[in-house]
This record gives sequence, C-alpha cells and structure tokens, in this order.
Amino acid sequence: MRGEERPLAALPTWLWLGLAAVLAVHIGWRALEPLAQPRELDLPAPPSAAALRVASMGEAEATARVAMLYLQAFDYGAGNLTPYRKLDYRRLAEWLDHILELDPRSQYPLFAAARVYAETADETRARLMLEFVYREFFVDPDRRWPWLAHAALLAKHRLQDLALARRYAQAIEQYTRASDVPLWAKHMEIFILEDMNELEAARIMLGGLLASGTIRDPAEARFLADRLKALEARRPPAR
Amino acid sequence: MQAAIFIRLALIEARRGGLAWLAPLCIALGVALGVFLAQLAITESRLLQVAVVAALLRLSAVLMLAAQVVSSVRREADERRLELLLALPLGRATQYLGRLAGFVALGVVLAACFALPLLLWSPPAAVLAWAASLALELALVAAAALFFAMSLTQLVPALAATAGLYVLARSISAVQAIASGPLAEHSLAHELGRGTVSALAFLLPTLDRATRTEWLLYGPPDSRTLSVALAGMLIYTALLAMAGLFDFQRRAL
Repeated sequence: MRGEERPLAALPTWLWLGLAAVLAVHIGWRALEPLAQPRELDLPAPPSAAALRVASMGEAEATARVAMLYLQAFDYGAGNLTPYRKLDYRRLAEWLDHILELDPRSQYPLFAAARVYAETADETRARLMLEFVYREFFVDPDRRWPWLAHAALLAKHRLQDLALARRYAQAIEQYTRASDVPLWAKHMEIFILEDMNELEAARIMLGGLLASGTIRDPAEARFLADRLKALEARRPPAR
Repeated sequence: MQAAIFIRLALIEARRGGLAWLAPLCIALGVALGVFLAQLAITESRLLQVAVVAALLRLSAVLMLAAQVVSSVRREADERRLELLLALPLGRATQYLGRLAGFVALGVVLAACFALPLLLWSPPAAVLAWAASLALELALVAAAALFFAMSLTQLVPALAATAGLYVLARSISAVQAIASGPLAEHSLAHELGRGTVSALAFLLPTLDRATRTEWLLYGPPDSRTLSVALAGMLIYTALLAMAGLFDFQRRAL
C-alpha cells in the first residue's frame, strides 16, 4: 500500500494547519508543564537482594546495572537537593551490597564505593565506604583487589591512617592468588611499613620475598634489592 | 450519527473478538492476586492489594487495547474492507476519526470496568480520578496504535512501535533525570546525548504523571495536578489523531 501516496500538495490546507497547530500546542504545553520540584531526600532503604532478583525476572545483571544508575542519580540530578556526599552512607553501603549480591562479578558497585563515595571529604563517611570495600574484597579477592588497593591508597594519603592502609595492603598480600595481580599491589604492605617506620618488619618481608624466588622480572628484583639495601642502611646500629 | 456507527462497530468487534471474556478474566486474576498477596503481607495489606491490582490492571488494559486496535486495522486491510469503506460516500476524516472514536469508546468502557474492583479498597473520589486518567491514557494508546497500524502496515512493527512509545512516555522523565546527574562526565557526547533526550521529551507525553497508583493509596490528586495530567494526554491524543489523519489522507486508493 505504501508508495501509492498522493502528493503532499494534494492534502487540504486545514489538515496542514491542524497538524501544525496541535503540534505547537503540545510542545507549548510540555514547555509550560510544571517541573518536578527538587526536594531534600535521603536514600530509601534498599530492597533486599532477593526482592531485586524477583523484580529482575531473570535479568539480574541488567537489573544490577540499572539499580546502580538509580543510586548514582539519587541526588541533585534526580530531582533531589541532597548531594551524594550528604547521603546516609550506611544505607548507601546496603544498596551497594545488595546490588553486588545481584551480580557479584560486576565491578560497578566497588568502583563507585572506592572511587566516588569514599573520596568524600567527610572522614566518617569515607571510612564507612572503605570498610565496605574491605568486607567485599574477601568474597572474590582475585577480582576485587584493585578496589582494595585504591582503598589502601586513600587510607594512607587522604586519611593519613597508616595502620588502616596496612590492614588493607596485608589483605591483598595474603588473599590474592591470581597470577595477574601485579607485584606492586602485593608488595604494598612493605612500603606502608616503611612509612610507618617499621623498618625491621619491612626488611624481613622484603628479604623473604626476594629469597622466595617469586620475583621473575630482573628489573623488579633489582629495584626491590636496592630498597632492601636502603632499609639495611637505615637500620639503627646493633649495640 | 456516522461516528456512532463506528463506535458501535468497534464495540461489537471487541465483544466478538474475545475482549468480553478477556477483560473480566483479567479483573478476576488481578483481584485473586491481590487477595493472595494480602495474605502474605504483615502490614499495609489493603495498600498492597490496591497497588498490585491497579498496576496490573493498568498494564493489562493498555496491552489489550493496543493489540485490539492493531489487529482490527490489520484485519480490515487484509480482508480488503478498508477499500470497501473508502469507496463509501464518507469523508476520510470522518472514517479515520470515527474509527478512532470507536476505539476511544472501547478504552472508556475498559477503564470503567477495570476501575470498579478498586472501589473495594479505595475511596470513590480516588478511583474516579484514576479511572478518568486511565480512560484518557487508553485514548492516547488507541490513537498511537491506530496511527502505527495504518502507517506501518505490518502487525509486529505496529505493536512494537506502540509499546515503544508507551514505555518511553512512561520513563522519559526518569531518563532525563539520570542524564542530568552530576556524576556524568561533561563531554561533547554527553551534552549531545542530554540534548537529544530533552528534545525527545518535548515530543512525548508524560505518562508517568498519569493514572498514578499513589492516588488510590494516599488520596486523590488536587484538581490542578489531575487537570495537568489529563490535558497533556488529551493534547497528545489530538496530535496523534492529526498525524494519523494526515497519513491517511495521503493514501491513493
């Protein structure tokens, strides 16, 4: 039936005018429609992972990502005046936890926790997020170590809490087994110990690492050996 | 008079096509589901019932009406009844708008039937606002389905286009909110995307503000909110009707 059309010029004028008028009225109406007023809202309690799973109708991975978008937009952009820095972080952690449960292989919740929510200037909130990353790390250390490594850096440089940074670094060193975990991440604890002035502990760890033969890269072995020498030099003289 | 004939034809076709038993079945299933869920709830059982039943009935009504309109138009085209009608001494505008009036009337009947069981749990004023909004929402869906069925000429694309428009109209506000979130990067691609979403929003109705379950749960909306929602749908229905009529007038039969 298509292709057998009358030319546009054959259409009556009232139809052109009518269509243009209704289109103009619609666009005008949409432009004048009252916008949703932003309000100060905090996050609602998250639905349980089981409820999210039911609502996903078998599309858990897609639902997890849509839920992340919802969470991400739950501040000014979504008609809410509360910036994410002021949200209830315990509740935020619950949301992230349930989303992660829905799709444990997704890196999105941990990325958001470590790179967005933990980087707030509010120390209490940042610590809550870092602890969330730490807790979740143990579920799948070989996949989730980058976020804990970032958490260790935040603890060290932003919170100036070397003990906390060491705890995170220690977890990476002890629990990661995959061959693709870079050595800098596995050796992070040594450098934190150095910063803590725990020179003896750092020296023993570094010496043990070099003696174990796990370091195959000659440049890396040389670099670590130099660090060990520097540590030896900084040792207080034996009495 | 001619419009009354089209309305009668649409209602008879719907009754003979199975809508007469499908609609009561939907209502019965919805109510049964509501009663079942109320047994499970430990609080707010009435609210749970009305929320689930209303959402289910709203979606069922939309799907049923869209399928009815598209299949009816396709059947007319396949059986060459459309050519027969065009040969009658009736203006094309009368035919198109008469057919649309028939489907709108069917939508009003469906909205009234589907609102009735909600009176079990919600106050009449709230149910009335919900029913009026559903009737106009169904009128909009009927206009969209008729437009797509006439212009796309195939069943599946017409149904998909109607469903797509409906889903987009119900979610465009949320999409806009997400697009303007502060965490999104400020790149050219993002600005372009946001502009496209805003432009698209201007061409769509805001169905997320219509037929809201919260009216049934927490009381009817104020008259301004209701009239804004109803007027928006009315204008968009008129726009779809004009667009459909424009396309129909171009047909060389």
